[in-house]
Amino acid sequence: MPSALINVPANAKRGEIIEIKTLMSHVMETGYRRTATGEVIPRDIITSFACRYNGVEIFRADLYPAIAANPFISFFTVATESGKLDFEWIGDQGFGETASAAITVA
Amino acid sequence: MSKPDHSSRRQFLGLAGGAAVLGAVPIVTLRPAEATPAMLAAAIRNVIGAAVVRVGKVKLDVPPLVENGNTVPMTVSVESPMTPGEYVKSIHVFNEKNPQPNIGNFYLGPRAGRARIATRIRLADSQKIVAIARLSDDTFWSASVDVVVTLAACTEEVI
Repeated sequence: MPSALINVPANAKRGEIIEIKTLMSHVMETGYRRTATGEVIPRDIITSFACRYNGVEIFRADLYPAIAANPFISFFTVATESGKLDFEWIGDQGFGETASAAITVA
Repeated sequence: MSKPDHSSRRQFLGLAGGAAVLGAVPIVTLRPAEATPAMLAAAIRNVIGAAVVRVGKVKLDVPPLVENGNTVPMTVSVESPMTPGEYVKSIHVFNEKNPQPNIGNFYLGPRAGRARIATRIRLADSQKIVAIARLSDDTFWSASVDVVVTLAACTEEVI
């Protein structure tokens, strides 16, 4: 199973406002939980998410432990030109994932 | 939040069915920002500095009664034409009673077209959630919602 799920319309009219939905598979361990023996489970979360549209950043988010596991983020953008949307997730313990989606703007 | 009479009545009626199933009568309140605990206030100051935050323009959608605090859908939208001259720069969301007051910071721009973001959050207790939007003219607007949580998140023991 891929770790990222991205929903971007494949086709859009120029100037149309499109919704982008993203979901990244991740435990988002808060760092506030303990095991049965009382040890703190170290924090392991995604700390930042960014989306670039043909290389230009259009959306960015800072995430905290209060974001649920498998972070789902949705946002909007204006379909300006055909090309590629790149997504990037960065987190604790060296976590880094990227994904991309193509869009055709008529 | 500008029409609390309508929204709270609607929310309450909508919940009546769920409450019957649960065998409990939830007390649901939706009201604008008021006195906030120190940690929440400090976290907000960290983001906005000395600026004044006004209530309005922001709409924060969270279910008023949450059964499972581990994943709570949340949508924040801001009234803005989203033109190059007038747009939303960022949206910041805070909570009152989780171990940490921050939930997330979301940075938009004029290219967003529509100032609306959605995600899923964790809530460790029944509490108030505050969303603050920074507009392109560097004014800050906010909305807050009180949420009742039946099963808390974050701090439970792992078995």
